[in-house]
Amino acid sequence: MTEEPLRYAYYPGCSLHSTAREYDLSMKVVARAAGVELLEIPDWNCCGASSAHVTDPFLGFALPGRVLALAEEMGLDVVAPCAACYGRLAAAREEAARHPDYVRRLEKATGRRLSGSSRVWNVLEWLSQERVSAAVREALKRPLEGLAVAPYYGCLLVRPPKVTRFDDPERPVTMDRILETIGAVPVDFAFKTECCGASLGISRTDLVSELSGRILAAAADAGAEAVAVACPLCQTNLDSRQEAAGLRQGRTFDLPVYYITQLVGLALGASARELGLGRHLVDAMSLLREKKLA
Amino acid sequence: MSTQTAPALVLKSGPEAKAFLAEVDAMAATQVEACYQCGKCSGGCPLSYAMDYQPRQIMRLVQMGLREEALRSRTIWICATCYTCTARCPRDIDIAGVMDALRVKALRRGLRPAERNVGVFHQVFLDYVRCLGRSYELGLMLVYKLRTLRLTEDLLLGLKMFKRGKLAVRPEASRGRDEVLAIFREAAAGDAGAAAGGATGGTGAEAAGPAGGTRSGEAKGGGAR
Repeated sequence: MTEEPLRYAYYPGCSLHSTAREYDLSMKVVARAAGVELLEIPDWNCCGASSAHVTDPFLGFALPGRVLALAEEMGLDVVAPCAACYGRLAAAREEAARHPDYVRRLEKATGRRLSGSSRVWNVLEWLSQERVSAAVREALKRPLEGLAVAPYYGCLLVRPPKVTRFDDPERPVTMDRILETIGAVPVDFAFKTECCGASLGISRTDLVSELSGRILAAAADAGAEAVAVACPLCQTNLDSRQEAAGLRQGRTFDLPVYYITQLVGLALGASARELGLGRHLVDAMSLLREKKLA
Repeated sequence: MSTQTAPALVLKSGPEAKAFLAEVDAMAATQVEACYQCGKCSGGCPLSYAMDYQPRQIMRLVQMGLREEALRSRTIWICATCYTCTARCPRDIDIAGVMDALRVKALRRGLRPAERNVGVFHQVFLDYVRCLGRSYELGLMLVYKLRTLRLTEDLLLGLKMFKRGKLAVRPEASRGRDEVLAIFREAAAGDAGAAAGGATGGTGAEAAGPAGGTRSGEAKGGGAR
């Protein structure tokens, strides 16, 4: 049987080349194992994150708009592992339909064409599509038995629902299902889609410590031993602010914060090194060793 | 029952109040007048505890045309754009989109963001994107710290991240940076037009105000000065 391989335009975004390199590494490990080709978009630019859309509406549209135009030239759908990039690309695709004047200005500035033909996939949609999840199930080497993980979705994978059109904005389950597929135990908790504070992580660290602390407390109280995320901002805030968050909550947290692709990669038999598990601030290895998973 | 301190505010009515509402509605592609003050946005907002006006109150300020109070609020800079309010609003108002519109209007007016550091962060972030086509986290942190004089905050954390190889040392430039620069220029040109258009639109409110001393055409100017 020879099926066409699944092929995507891959948009890593800036974080996956810096703070979140382990997300990039594990994404590629999983794609390889699942037989999916990820073709990095040549000459991609920053999506502008929050900073562009809070500053200027056209800028907020055109930076991700150029990335979409590049994907269209490749004739492929885009997969964007970073939830913030995903949100901006999906929003730009919506805006392109509503603002022909924005599209015109983008095309004038860049000399490229934007028609909105490339769909944008977030990492959870991408992992849970039938062909990928079947391939993962088949290649499973080391089910993560007994590992209790809180699936934390954050904001931009599910909101605004008119843009993302993905899962339930209040009670999503896609990541829960992925965790089940790899043998882990998803822990239901009330803060699945609460905000971690996102880009306030540098400018208002106090707010991020408070918000991240609430999420970590809810996860720990529900019996989670670790948190799974699908966004570099969520990972950075929950991981790097964990100590400060504990101080605010009057308790000590010890919750490693994994990218969902790291957990899938681990179940597929990849090594800790290949998955960048040594790059976390909260020790990501002890728990896995304790469970004999690494 | 509402216990708001409305008497402190000078109420406006007539065309001026309506103009502000109409401008915000148009920018956010929504209808703020539909808000009936149920408070669901404020109840669900994870950051409402740190705001000066609750999201519900911001909607009311816009309805009443209280431009200054809205544009000078801390709230619009505390909002992290998590879209919880937008997702839950029973009147289908894009509340997070309204926050965006207010931030953009404040910057075009040359107002310094009431949360100064948040404004500086956005500006430094965009300065790197404009130059490189991509963001540069290490540079962003260093320049942000110099500009806000928060030199020791997070120093230890920064070192830990650096040791784990979390912060790329060298900036990465996109080969598409010329196109990115062209996008920034087009945005600034459009802003100048929008500001001028606002001035002839009857209110004069979007013309370069004396407050911040920044030219209205420089979208990113408000954050830093």
